Amino acid sequence: MLTTVMDALALLASFDHRLLDIVGLSLRVSLTALLIGSLIGLPLGAWLAVAAFPGRGALIVVLNALMGLPSVVVGVVVYLLLSRSGPLGSLGLLFSPAAMIFAQTLLVVPLIAAVSRQIVEDAWREYSPEFSVIGLSRRQAVGLLLADCRFSLTVATLAGLGRAMSEVGAVMIVGGNIDGFTRVMTTAIALETSKGDLALSIALGLVLIALILGLNAAIQGVRCWAARRYD
Amino acid sequence: MFPLTLSALRFAPPGRVVLDSVDLTLGGEGISVILGPNGVGKTLLLRLIAGLLPADGGALDWGGTARPDQRLAMVFQQPMMLRLSVFANVEFALRPQALSAAERRQRTAAVLARVGLEHRASECARLLSGGERQRLALARAWAMQPRLLLLDEPTASLDPSATEQVENIIREIRTEGAKVLMTTHNLGQATRLADDIIFLADGRVQEHAPAQRFFARPQSAAARAFLQGELPWRIAFDR
Repeated sequence: MLTTVMDALALLASFDHRLLDIVGLSLRVSLTALLIGSLIGLPLGAWLAVAAFPGRGALIVVLNALMGLPSVVVGVVVYLLLSRSGPLGSLGLLFSPAAMIFAQTLLVVPLIAAVSRQIVEDAWREYSPEFSVIGLSRRQAVGLLLADCRFSLTVATLAGLGRAMSEVGAVMIVGGNIDGFTRVMTTAIALETSKGDLALSIALGLVLIALILGLNAAIQGVRCWAARRYD
Repeated sequence: MFPLTLSALRFAPPGRVVLDSVDLTLGGEGISVILGPNGVGKTLLLRLIAGLLPADGGALDWGGTARPDQRLAMVFQQPMMLRLSVFANVEFALRPQALSAAERRQRTAAVLARVGLEHRASECARLLSGGERQRLALARAWAMQPRLLLLDEPTASLDPSATEQVENIIREIRTEGAKVLMTTHNLGQATRLADDIIFLADGRVQEHAPAQRFFARPQSAAARAFLQGELPWRIAFDR
């Protein structure tokens, strides 16, 4: 066990190019999915917080349920969409990083939208009388609420980041875990562990944990700074 | 928009009647102050006029129309402050109006100067003191150039100096042609600001009179008792 951990640390210290490629692709895929997911999920959640229409409660229940959507199910759905006979088959995206971004985006959008809906709704409850007297449209209100809650909404994006980076099922199915092309940290860990190459698995696991910790710490730092400056 | 006429206005949530039958006619000038004991429905009346709550009965008539045809603004007892700059906290209230971004900025800067907050325009609004927050809220309402300004306890929990600043701003807004309708618990403030007094008790308007006459010779027993500092239960007991 100790030898394996030492080997893993040695791999990290040597900046093994295979390991760096995997880490780089993982970051590219997950951060792109997070960016797209935030651009969709944040306004969607904010809109849902202020909108009033029949079926809103049911939609919120569905959105909350989708937070726990199994990633393998998303993987299968995206696989069917992108496979040659599927509706998006002509794009030729299956087994590519783009397909992995697509799948991860589908996973993070409900999570970001559901968390941001709750955050924005609390603010909306506080501000809606004044917004109403001022005569702001729903669209104007959504924009202002997103700006007002921007620091709290980092929680939603952090949740999305965690979901995207730790996800394995969907990217395995739609990416194919192709060495040097679609292999990311989680799929590599699964594969290398099954092959018995625990050193690489542990090294990747350490990088994954360090990245998630580092990103969380950075965002938490921004939140604390903002809370001192704006609250 | 004026005269604003309230006819038999009623607000009765389940289990209780807050406003029973409010009849009131307001002209388009001056400062009208609503007085009355705690819980009598002063804030509620402002919210009904602002359209924030539906009445359970009665009607509001805005000079012959069912809705106000000119702008109204309201300053709440605890005004909202977005986690944005002082400037942005005024400017956003102008977005529904057909103004260019430059016009919005110009009007915001002008009104902040008039309430003495221009030097804090870039600071975060939530870091302002209570008095500054209230001035900011008034600036926001003022920038909207309302025909009717509703003020809910605008100086509650402010010190005398901050209260004086707020009162001066209210007078300026009135001078510029806005009708002001406000609530207060501060009888001194009512005597300083009010052109007329609306006295609410037992869910209805007990008295609506020019301020000088109201304070010198209140007509209703409830108003006399209120001015003498008696409590509502005492009034009921004496009956």
